[in-house]
Parts: sequence; C-alpha cells; structure tokens
Amino acid sequence: MAPVATPFFFYLFAAIMLIGGILVITCKNAVHSALALIVILLAQASIYLMLYAPFVAGAQIILYAGGIMVLFLFVIMLVSIERSMKERQFNSQWVVGIVAATALGGLFIAVYLKGKNIFPDHVLPVVESDNTQKVATLLYGQYMFAFEIASLLLLVAIIGAVVMAKKRI
Amino acid sequence: MHEIIQYVESYLTSEQTPGAAGNMFWALVYIMLVFGGLSVAVIAMNWLERKILAHMQVRLGPMRVGPHGLLQPIADAIKLLLKEDIMPAEADGLVFWMAPLIVVLAAFTVFVVVPFGPTHAITDMNIGILFMLGVSSLSVLGIVMAGWASNSHYPLIGALRSSAQMVSYEVAMGLAVVSAILMTSLNKDGTGTLSMIGIVQAQLAQHEWFIFKFFPLGLVAFFIFAVAMVAETNRAPFDLAEAESELTAGFHTEYSGFRWSLFFLAEYSAMIAVSSIAVTLWLGGWLRPFPNMLSGSPWDQIFSMFPGVTFLFFAAICFFNTVRMPKHPLFRIQTIGLAGFGVVLALIGLVLFVPDVSVRIQDIFWFSAKVAGFMYLYIWYRGTFPRYRFDQLMQMGWKVLLPMGLGVLILTASVALLQQKIWHP
Repeated sequence: MAPVATPFFFYLFAAIMLIGGILVITCKNAVHSALALIVILLAQASIYLMLYAPFVAGAQIILYAGGIMVLFLFVIMLVSIERSMKERQFNSQWVVGIVAATALGGLFIAVYLKGKNIFPDHVLPVVESDNTQKVATLLYGQYMFAFEIASLLLLVAIIGAVVMAKKRI
Repeated sequence: MHEIIQYVESYLTSEQTPGAAGNMFWALVYIMLVFGGLSVAVIAMNWLERKILAHMQVRLGPMRVGPHGLLQPIADAIKLLLKEDIMPAEADGLVFWMAPLIVVLAAFTVFVVVPFGPTHAITDMNIGILFMLGVSSLSVLGIVMAGWASNSHYPLIGALRSSAQMVSYEVAMGLAVVSAILMTSLNKDGTGTLSMIGIVQAQLAQHEWFIFKFFPLGLVAFFIFAVAMVAETNRAPFDLAEAESELTAGFHTEYSGFRWSLFFLAEYSAMIAVSSIAVTLWLGGWLRPFPNMLSGSPWDQIFSMFPGVTFLFFAAICFFNTVRMPKHPLFRIQTIGLAGFGVVLALIGLVLFVPDVSVRIQDIFWFSAKVAGFMYLYIWYRGTFPRYRFDQLMQMGWKVLLPMGLGVLILTASVALLQQKIWHP
C-alpha cells in the first residue's frame, strides 16, 4: 500500500494550520477564534498521523479538541459578545511583539539555512501497528520518573483549584 | 478492464478488512453498506421507539400511515424535508450552519472502525477505541456551537448543560474503557491492544467475554460504561440538555426542517455507536453466545440457524397481524402491503439458511443483535425512569461513577498481576 504521508498532505495541513492561526488572532468574535483554534488542533492531529504517531494524534483529538476546547468555548460563550465586540483592543505592546516576532523569525531562518546538520538525515519510522505499545513502554519504563512528576504537577493544580473554589474545606 | 476486475477480486481471497488490505473499491462498498444500514436502523429505531413507548404506556402509537404505522418514519422524513428552513435573524450564520454538520460527521465517522465481524469492518486501526472515543467527543462541539449560534436563551442553557454533562461523564467512561483494555493484555507476551478487532479477538483467545472476567469487576466496569453512555448521548433519564418541560427542546430549539433532522439522525447513530463500543469491549463483539458451554459442531449448526429463524419470526408476526387486520375494504391495500412485507422478510430469512450465506452473515447478525438489545434498553429507560435533576446528575458522575471507575481499574490491575505472577507464573 502506498504511503499517504506525501508532501502534498503536509503542505495542505500546514496551510490549514497557518490560515487557522491567522484567523485566531484576527477574528473579532472570541467564539470564532476558538473554533479556528479547534481547526488548527485537528490539522495538527493529522500531522501527527503523518509522522506515524497515531496514539499522539488520538490523544490530541480527545484531550484538546474534545475536552479542553469545549471548556474554552464554555467560558467564552458566557461572555457577552456584543459588548466585547464594541470594546477597543486595549492590549497594545507593539515593541515586545515586534522583538519576539523577529527573534522567532530569525530562529526559523537560521534553522532553515543551517539546519541540515542539526537534525538526523533520516529516521526509521516506528511501525504503526505497535506504536501505542512503544509509547507505553517508554512512558512507564525509561521515563517513569518524569511521567510521575508531571502527574504530580497536575494533582497540585487540581488541589489548588479546589482550595480556591471552595470557601470552607 | 481486466486489471480493474483483478483489483476488485484480489480482496475476496484476503482475510482482512478492506482498509487493511488497502482496497479502495471494497472500502467504498463497505462505507456505502454501513451508511445505508445505519440509515435504515435509524428509521427503524424511530418507528420502534414510538411503538414500544406507546405500548409501555398502554397506547397504540402510530397506526394510520401504513399497517401499524410502518410507513410513519417515511412520512416524517418527507415532512421534515418539505418544511421551511428557518434561520433566526440574530443567529451567527456560519456557526449555525456548521453545527449540525459537525454533529452528523462525528456520529457517522465513528463507524469506520466498528467491527461487525473479523473482516467486516471498514478498517481496523491501531488506535481504534481511542479514535471512537475521540471522534464521538467532537460531537459536543457541534452541540455547543448549535446552542450558542442560535442566539437565544434556552438553546444556550441546553448547550451548557449538555457540554458539562458530556465532559464529566467522559471521565468515568474513559476509566471503564481502560479497565476493559487492561484485560486484553492478559496473554503470553503481555501486550494489550486498542484495536477494536483486536479487543474482540482477545476475548476469543481468553474464552471469556470481558463482562464475566474477574467477576464482578468486569460487570461493574460494564455497568459504569452503560450508565455513562446514556449520559453521553443525552438520552433519558439524562436528557437535561433537551428537557422539553424546562428548555423547550434544548440546544436545537431554533432548528427546523432538514437541519433538525440531521440532529435527530446524529443522536440515533451516536446511540448505535456507543452501544457498539459496549458490545465490542464487554459483550464479545461478533462472537456468538455460550461459546464454552454449548460448544461443538451440533451447537454451531444450531446457532448458525439463528439469523434465518429471527427473520422468519418477524415474518410470522407480519402474517399473524395480516390475519388480524380489519376486513373492511378500505383496509385492503394495507393488508396486502403487510402480507407483502411478511413475504419479503420470510424470503430474506430463507436465504439466510443457505450455509454459504449463513457462515458469512453470522458475525454481523450477532453484533447487530447485541446492539439491538442496547437500543431496546434505551427505549426502556426512556419509558420508565424519571429525569435526573442537574445537581443529582453531577453528583452521580463525579462522586459515584468516577470513584467506582478508579476502584475497578485498580482492582482489575491488581487481580491481573496476581493472576500472572502467582496463579500462572
């Protein structure tokens, strides 16, 4: 079977992500921005699929597109859109924005020009059929400690949220 | 021409799903079959739900359009297509237009990985169950968008309720699913699988459906899933999102005509989708019942008769009711129609007795029969349970189902470890 991970699809999804990204910051309506962000996340999941990482793609769809973004929308929808549309953009930090953009752009150009030696020329793709198992053995074997630290951080965040939300514990 | 025929025929000898074999033609055929079958199932569900609910409440239900109201769903569909398509003036046009599409897409895309049999699936993915949960969780987005874009109070409240409900029950559902997936890893090399076909094959290899595994752990996990899946599809008794006495119709209040029918279609196909997850994970998917107790070739023979017998039974019901039809000349066409329907069912039943056909059709039959059982349960719940209050719903999700799910997961893991380390070292 011919591989589907052709350059055409990469450019397609990259274009979708770029257009979505521009829409996120230019849309006046916050809900439209959030929807554009969902499109970006789905396109990103497709790129993970092209990189032979189906598990990451599935987790991306479940966690970001299906979970976190719904909560985002949830909050945004309770904001009165009419008022926020009329309000002027009050956050004007042009200098910082330009500095950050040029720094990032310069980094990208530098990597594009001299990046041939930084990245490995060719990586054997992990066989798709046991990708999930490979991820599991890495997470629960080699990187067990980092994984547990990350889950501890999440636990701290949950406890913090409960403490802040509840008046009497 | 010759190459095309060869391409089409090459799949017939491979023991794979069309997706795995990479055969475009058969993949398309399967997609068409699944889509058509699903649409017919939704139409049948529409009629059955009204009929069964009516009989539970000692009414007759639809009786006018066709014999025993059999043509009622078709009449409804025509009515919905002919209705005026209204979009509220203050609505957000694009989002309003996209919402039903997203809900329908999410509900139908899920069926790509549903295993109707070892080879009867459109494709088999390495992340099958993750894909199903992920894509079906996208339907929340459509509901939230529909509620918000309508720019009206009731739909917004309905959408908020439904998203809160779906996000919180997804957690308990996920934990129940994880404990079933854990059971797939109880083989020699200790690697489990997320693929839908692989999960059923694990149950086949362990000679046990996961609902009976580590009794009562499998049963409890199944129970958690069975409750969460009703909440996930916004059906009674968890239908707060469209509670008609409080919110008119919830998130789809402002929708009419064809757009509304898309929501309807999506709701029912989502019900079928979650039921098929439950069937695949706990009830052995396409495997026939009693594989251990009633094994051997005579029993295989008897169980292979079931599809045909079922259709003959339906045909017999049709004939019985044909005899009972009123003898007035006004009812002649209806009587002939019902008899004709019975004849068609009987013919299908007879074809299913042919050994070549019955061997191939069995998996699909058992899978569909199990899913149909769940569909009946959905109607039964709607007929019997009163609606939950919202705080009760949240309490149930977070304080009962979630701790239960965690407990079952930990217990399943410990028992599995014990079994591998101590009983069968």
